[in-house]
Amino acid sequence: MTVIEVNHLAAGYDGREILRDVTLSVAAGDVVAVLGANGSGKSTLIRTILGLVPIRRGEVELFGTPQRRFRRWERVGYVPQRLGAGSGVPATVGEVVSSGRLARRGLFRPPGAADRAAVHQALEAVGLLDRIGDPVSTLSGGQQQRTLIARALAGRPDLLVLDEPTAGVDAASQEAFAGALTAFAADGGTILLVLHELGPLRPLIGRAVVVHEGRIAHQGVPPEPAGHHAEPGHDHVHPHADAEQAGICEWAPTDGMKAY
Amino acid sequence: MDLLTYPFMLRALAGALIIGLAAPALGVYLVQRRLSLIGDGIGHVALTGVGVGLLTHQSPVLTAVLVSVFGAIAVELVRERGRTSGDLALALLFYGGIAGGVVLVGLSDDASNASLMQYLFGSLITTSPTDIAVIAVLGAAVLAAMLVFRPALFALCNDEEYARVSGLPVRTLNLLLAVTTAVTVTIAMRTVGLLLVSALMVVPVAAAQQLTRGFRSTMAVAMLIGICAAGAGVVVSGEIDTAPGATTVLLAIAAFLLATGAGALWHRRPGSPSPAPVEPPDVVLHG
Ligand SMILES: Nc1ncnc2c1ncn2[C@@H]1O[C@H](COP(=O)(O)OP(=O)(O)OP(=O)(O)O)[C@@H](O)[C@H]1O
Ligand SMILES: [Mg+2]
Repeated sequence: MTVIEVNHLAAGYDGREILRDVTLSVAAGDVVAVLGANGSGKSTLIRTILGLVPIRRGEVELFGTPQRRFRRWERVGYVPQRLGAGSGVPATVGEVVSSGRLARRGLFRPPGAADRAAVHQALEAVGLLDRIGDPVSTLSGGQQQRTLIARALAGRPDLLVLDEPTAGVDAASQEAFAGALTAFAADGGTILLVLHELGPLRPLIGRAVVVHEGRIAHQGVPPEPAGHHAEPGHDHVHPHADAEQAGICEWAPTDGMKAY
Repeated sequence: MDLLTYPFMLRALAGALIIGLAAPALGVYLVQRRLSLIGDGIGHVALTGVGVGLLTHQSPVLTAVLVSVFGAIAVELVRERGRTSGDLALALLFYGGIAGGVVLVGLSDDASNASLMQYLFGSLITTSPTDIAVIAVLGAAVLAAMLVFRPALFALCNDEEYARVSGLPVRTLNLLLAVTTAVTVTIAMRTVGLLLVSALMVVPVAAAQQLTRGFRSTMAVAMLIGICAAGAGVVVSGEIDTAPGATTVLLAIAAFLLATGAGALWHRRPGSPSPAPVEPPDVVLHG
């Protein structure tokens, strides 16, 4: 069964067309990475899939339903590129993650024990349970990113859509994060995520698509990691990172790729 | 305190207490969204409603509710578009609102400066039994909406796009906030006055933030500060014969200063939770 079906999609903002003709299909259980240069339209693609950017031409289907008529939003967990703008009042990590239960609970039902349990479990998965009562503003950028991932996981979705979840996250957190995603995928979850570099997530990625000039320029299995990389317990932060990066760059457009 | 034996004082006190609870309960969402001044803008628009009421011999509270609800929905539609010209559209609406109000009140039979001042800065003795009934019903409705929909409104004001992807009725919730803002402004008009309404939505929230770490606790403490400031404001202004709205706002600001001082002491005391450990910067070098 296809979870995401995108057919000849065109979308953009105020007269500027960013995506011209994108066709993409994500089946249940797939883990698909979206790659591309800064400004190539990766975020626009996933935001259009989720209905945050209007579709100009073409079609988007979620779980077999045209996106406009899709109502089962509890099946989708979204991790935006950054924390929302509403931060005029302090909010605790627990409160932000609790928002992830709304799609399941609806507008009128107050949170119950099952909601609290899901929030705890999601925070445990990203290693932030000890910060549940802290204001999110006191967290580092990487910890805030993990809070947003916990918010998406708390809803127990079937599909996770993540926009650069590892940007600004240090190596140790990336490993923790890769663990959480691996567990999600092992349970049969589907993942679509925007990435700048595969990093510790590489073993998880089944397919990579490259967005370039409004189209999918390339689509395929990410370059095989060298033999010993696949060994379990292997430390991925090491000099070979250079070689790995070069492997992607052979077939991904490199203009404007983020260089930290 | 024999002042409270006067029925008009009791009515004024009851109205102030309801508003003291409802205004911060709504204000906490507006502050979270960084729309602290929206209540002020709607207050300007409400004055046109007062003018319409005085001119047509209808209840000014009722016409003010209608006109400011209309104005708040217009503001929300402009905000939703997110155009850069939205700022100017708001300015036009606000100044148009207050100018229209002044002109309409001037045209009415009750064209004294005193009646205009009543609405701009609030007045104790003018709250009629009908007014207090309207305030009680509408205030309770605002309060109930803010409390019942707290998780949804929190999600909306915290991250509107995430709320959309959660399948929440974002537009309806935004309109709910707009309408409740308008309603709160108009019911607070008689006690605090249109020019100071916004203060009762924002200042208790600002004060509460100095002491709290989360959204729910901020909301609760802000409501507590709001009801205390409003109640004390009415009593004190009755005793020393000052404007009730201004007195209430000054008391709320005093609470803010007090909370800021207490918050600073709390954080400096030995054994207070140390600041969060900072994660090392991204050290994955490549490319
Ligand atoms: N809200 C918006 N309004 C107008 N233009 C936008 C908006 N968001 C993005 N754009 C434009 O759309 C283009 C694609 O942006 P998008 O955010 O999709 O890129 P991206 O591939 O995600 O980049 P990055 O790697 O920096 O996250 C950019 O040229 C950007 O200027
Ligand atoms: Mg992006």
